[in-house]
Amino acid sequence: MNWISNYVRPKINSLFSRREVPENLWSKCPECGTMLFHRELSDNLNVCTSCQHHMAITPRDRFAALFDGGVFVDVPVPAPVADPLHFRDQKRYPDRLKSAQKATGEAEAMLVGEGEMGRSTVVVAAQDFSFMGGSMGMYVGNAILAAAERAVERRCPLILFSAAGGARMQEGLLSLMQMPRTTVAVEMLKEAGLPYIVVLTHPTTGGVTASYAMLGDVQIAEPGALICFAGPRVIEQTIREKLPEGFQRAEYLLEHGMLDRVTHRTELRAELITICRMLTGLPPAVMGDLPAPAEGPEAASTASAEAAAAVLNGDPAK
Amino acid sequence: MTNYLEFERPLAEIEGKAEELRAMARRSEGMDVEKEAAALDRKAAGMLDEIYRTLNAWQKAQVARHADRPHCKDYIARLFTEFTPLAGDRNFADDHAVMGGLARLQDRPVMVIGQEKGHDTKTRIERNFGMARPEGYRKAIRLMELADRFGLPVITLVDTPGAYPGKGAEERGQSEAIARATQKCLRIGVPLVSVIIGEGGSGGAVAFATANRIAMLEHSIYSVISPEGCASILWKDAEKMREAAAALRLTAQDLHKLGAIDRIVAEPKGGAHRDSLAAIDAVGKAIGAMLGELDGQEPDALRRARREKFVKMGSKGLAA
Ligand SMILES: [Zn+2]
Repeated sequence: MNWISNYVRPKINSLFSRREVPENLWSKCPECGTMLFHRELSDNLNVCTSCQHHMAITPRDRFAALFDGGVFVDVPVPAPVADPLHFRDQKRYPDRLKSAQKATGEAEAMLVGEGEMGRSTVVVAAQDFSFMGGSMGMYVGNAILAAAERAVERRCPLILFSAAGGARMQEGLLSLMQMPRTTVAVEMLKEAGLPYIVVLTHPTTGGVTASYAMLGDVQIAEPGALICFAGPRVIEQTIREKLPEGFQRAEYLLEHGMLDRVTHRTELRAELITICRMLTGLPPAVMGDLPAPAEGPEAASTASAEAAAAVLNGDPAK
Repeated sequence: MTNYLEFERPLAEIEGKAEELRAMARRSEGMDVEKEAAALDRKAAGMLDEIYRTLNAWQKAQVARHADRPHCKDYIARLFTEFTPLAGDRNFADDHAVMGGLARLQDRPVMVIGQEKGHDTKTRIERNFGMARPEGYRKAIRLMELADRFGLPVITLVDTPGAYPGKGAEERGQSEAIARATQKCLRIGVPLVSVIIGEGGSGGAVAFATANRIAMLEHSIYSVISPEGCASILWKDAEKMREAAAALRLTAQDLHKLGAIDRIVAEPKGGAHRDSLAAIDAVGKAIGAMLGELDGQEPDALRRARREKFVKMGSKGLAA
């Protein structure tokens, strides 16, 4: 597989399934109040052009900006048992799921894609906060396991964008069991010697933070993201005092040694490419447009795949 | 003196009456009340049986949190010999919510780790009500590593409302500590068995209970969130904890049906708090049996089995 043949693969969907938004829409930045033209905002990956506030972005839009040419293939996620507890609060769980599916157009709270980024293969998983708060249940567990398995199969890095209020209460203890379950996925990558990069986005809390989202080889966060185990409200109730400004925000965690980097969304792609290439022993990325490979369409990516495999296998010749 | 739970009030009245009768008889010479008192005893016994046979999820949550229920410390004192506590995370502090150390279980050296809630105001504060900070999880990680290096089975006793939600705990990486503890559970090449003896509260419990074998005491609970927390989020009303407890399926019986735990340890009549020693001995037997099932397995086989157990978990729901 290479980056050219990717364009003609039958399952390509990213470019065409994006929900169209009326062109003449304005939205207001919740942080600084600036009115932003929709097009301007989406071109800037939903980051306010005035104050740099990072707003939510859907996994599909993120993938479109991340993969080369916006092209990726969905990695299929096995469907879990539906409503394992027959859970009902004020609404039935299946009804909550259905309305989330209708509102987002997605099957569940995580999307897994495979494609090329900077002309080398990566698997990317992204959590969708707009789908029931991104909550981690059996499906999210299945998605992370599927993503890890695919990365091991392709011998490529896994990049994971986290965003969740925590575990999916409607799946009871089975949601909690996704903490060890997703940790098994992380262990698969570590054993295969493959990079696992976590990008924590706003907000990442609870059991999600306390499992796969904190176990990356490199931990990056988007500016301003709330990242915590217990939320600020719970803590204020417990300790009965006001928390300091910026508490549990990405920059605060960076200061306290919990993160490697805080990176602006528009710079993430270049940074992820740089890190992945170094960790997989590839030469520096060539920025800008490359001419088509001279030796024929298969040559470039095959060579780089071999180089990567050699490095991962500890081949001293490379 | 018995501390009765609210749903035990009818029982408290009958037991109180029997006691009153006997006290009266002691004061007045020649008065024979034994027949009436014995009848009341029988009635109380029947009622106790009935109450505990039909406990609902919220009532079980109350039993699991009962102040007189045996705690980690009591289990360690009775089931193990030569218990040698090991302290500290070597980074910041020793967390008194987590106790652990070397010990012998019927002469066999093991590592035992658990959360301790404390039994009175002073010790509860000292133990932070069994809510660990990052140091507690890092201490557990260190002890699991030690056990792994010297081939000692690890036994964890889980009893916590959850990880401590505090400012310092967050700053020192509560999430990271829990994630690493779970990861350590998956990595060690020695048998790891867990017993939920009271409250299995969320991530704070999972970090100890990612085990080869998991047992729960009959009236203990294990949940992703407290019934009160769930009620206030999903029902927008913390008073709906009864409904939330039922919906969460947090009882040993439901979790066994879901395949999330391996065995249920029967409690003495009227719950573990009415006969602590019997409850502790039953847990001891279960630990012995679970370790027996794992004896002789190679480190790799133990690790692989542990992983597979959790990957497969949840592949069946409750029967309709
Ligand atoms: Zn703004």
